[in-house]
Amino acid sequence: MELIAVKNLSAWFGEFQALKNISLVAERHEVVALIGPSGCGKSTFVRCLNRLHEEVPGGHLQGEVWLDGQNIYAPGVDPVNVRRGVGMVFQKPNPFPGMSIFENVSVGLRLAGISKRAVLAEKVEQALRQAVLWDEVKDVLKRPGTSLSGGQQQRLCIARALAVEPPVILMDEPTSALDPISTAKIEELIQELKERVTVVIVTHNMQQAARISDRTAFFLLGELVEYGKTDQVFTQPQDERTERYITGRFG
Amino acid sequence: MRSSDKLFYYLLKTLAWGVVGLLAAMVLVVLWMSWEALGHFGLRFFVDASWDSWREEFGALAFIYGTLVTSFIAVLLAVPVSLAVALYLNELAPPWIARPLGFFVEMLAAIPSIVYGLWGLFVLAPFLRDHVQPLLATYLGFLPFFQGPQMGVGLLGAGVILAIMIIPTIASISREVFKSVPESLREAALGLGATRWEMLRIAVLRVALSGVMGAVVLGLGRALGETMAVTMLIGNRPQIVWSLFESGQTMASILANQYAEADSSLHLSALTAVGLALFVVSLVINSLARWIIWRMQRVV
Ligand SMILES: Nc1ncnc2c1ncn2[C@@H]1O[C@H](COP(=O)(O)OP(=O)(O)OP(=O)(O)O)[C@@H](O)[C@H]1O
Ligand SMILES: [Mg+2]
Repeated sequence: MELIAVKNLSAWFGEFQALKNISLVAERHEVVALIGPSGCGKSTFVRCLNRLHEEVPGGHLQGEVWLDGQNIYAPGVDPVNVRRGVGMVFQKPNPFPGMSIFENVSVGLRLAGISKRAVLAEKVEQALRQAVLWDEVKDVLKRPGTSLSGGQQQRLCIARALAVEPPVILMDEPTSALDPISTAKIEELIQELKERVTVVIVTHNMQQAARISDRTAFFLLGELVEYGKTDQVFTQPQDERTERYITGRFG
Repeated sequence: MRSSDKLFYYLLKTLAWGVVGLLAAMVLVVLWMSWEALGHFGLRFFVDASWDSWREEFGALAFIYGTLVTSFIAVLLAVPVSLAVALYLNELAPPWIARPLGFFVEMLAAIPSIVYGLWGLFVLAPFLRDHVQPLLATYLGFLPFFQGPQMGVGLLGAGVILAIMIIPTIASISREVFKSVPESLREAALGLGATRWEMLRIAVLRVALSGVMGAVVLGLGRALGETMAVTMLIGNRPQIVWSLFESGQTMASILANQYAEADSSLHLSALTAVGLALFVVSLVINSLARWIIWRMQRVV
């Protein structure tokens, strides 16, 4: 059974409809790339997968999102439980000020009730290694997370999301603030993560989408124009608008 | 600079320095006026609790004690309430509730001190006497703070009225501080599976901590100097006692009580010296708090 199944999802900000009747499925161990021009609804879509959209004033939606066999919008489902199982990396780095690097990474573990120092230390190191930040911060774990550079902060946020080992990870342009070396490392990480989890990643970088994803979704003005195997979307797009977008001829 | 600009520049400069000069002049006058008492009693003035205008024995310790105790009670009671109000209005209440309720909380700050005093005397004090103090005496009576005559007016009554008076200050500054916490941090916490309360704890309160400290300091500053309502509720007896049910006297209330009727110059000078002490205590407490905030901001 597919891990993620979205059925007829529409989402609004007040009166404004940002997503129009989206349906797509993703299997376990897949990387799904979301591409499309700015403002087409990629972030909104991602935020519907962990019930964050409803936290925006005026944010509401219709349709179903199934994660691991559960409709997360069914009545009685607690959004807190949904979010525990879904890691999220935001478009802008948002480490918690007032928390050290260590605390930033361990905060999700603590929320999950883990408080043994040794366990925390081990998981923090593992997450920081995965996010390619360990070598840079291993001696300064007590420093505030906000004292890091923008790119380091983003990797810190990636580590924060990884630490609780959620089965689904949502990444909203995780590498847009990173240098090419860190970007390459994060892409490697995503390939590794695939062994265990499903990754949904928003990217403006076509090469990145082509390199790392198994499936690609092309959004335009709130609609899902095309969704399919990445090789196919990039080599033989079914829709002419997709072709124009990926070849950079979009006007 | 053009000549009209120059004129404007010098005007503003004069006004700015004028304010500083005024402050300096006030300090000098207070110092000068309290010189007689300070010269007469020396530093003993601040560690001596006797205040007797017949024998001309003056010491400010009882008033310092009264000020610190009532302000401490006020902060202790006002901080949790103010934070709860601020969190509820900013983070939980829908706008159509938050707006009018926030307005009412702000309006608390606009009520004149004397009105608080009257209300305290006729409503709060009897309520404390009949309902709160018996409870405290029954359940916490083994503590020295809750023993003795239950009169309503006294250190506790003054502390409670002060608490109510500083709630709008602490609540509205805290609301400003909470508002400045970026939405992205709340989302980061929610995205990690934080409950609403956990989100408030890790993304709002923790981030806003030093700002909230600032709000508390401002509240404390207001409590230290507050005069009218305290004078009406504290019972006006200078003494150092454990019991919060007992009457007391603060630095501000002794000034309000006796300044008009001080007949000897030593008495007047002693009162001015109390004013000086009030000024110094405010300065020390504010500096201390600023230092705490400064240290905290360095850590953040
Ligand atoms: N808080 C909001 N209130 C109202 N409208 C919003 C809000 N957030 C986004 N929108 C609108 O919803 C649409 C989709 O926005 P979204 O952020 O999902 O785009 P995106 O594809 O992620 O763009 P980008 O690539 O620039 O990040 C846009 O038209 C945007 O103006
Ligand atoms: Mg976006």
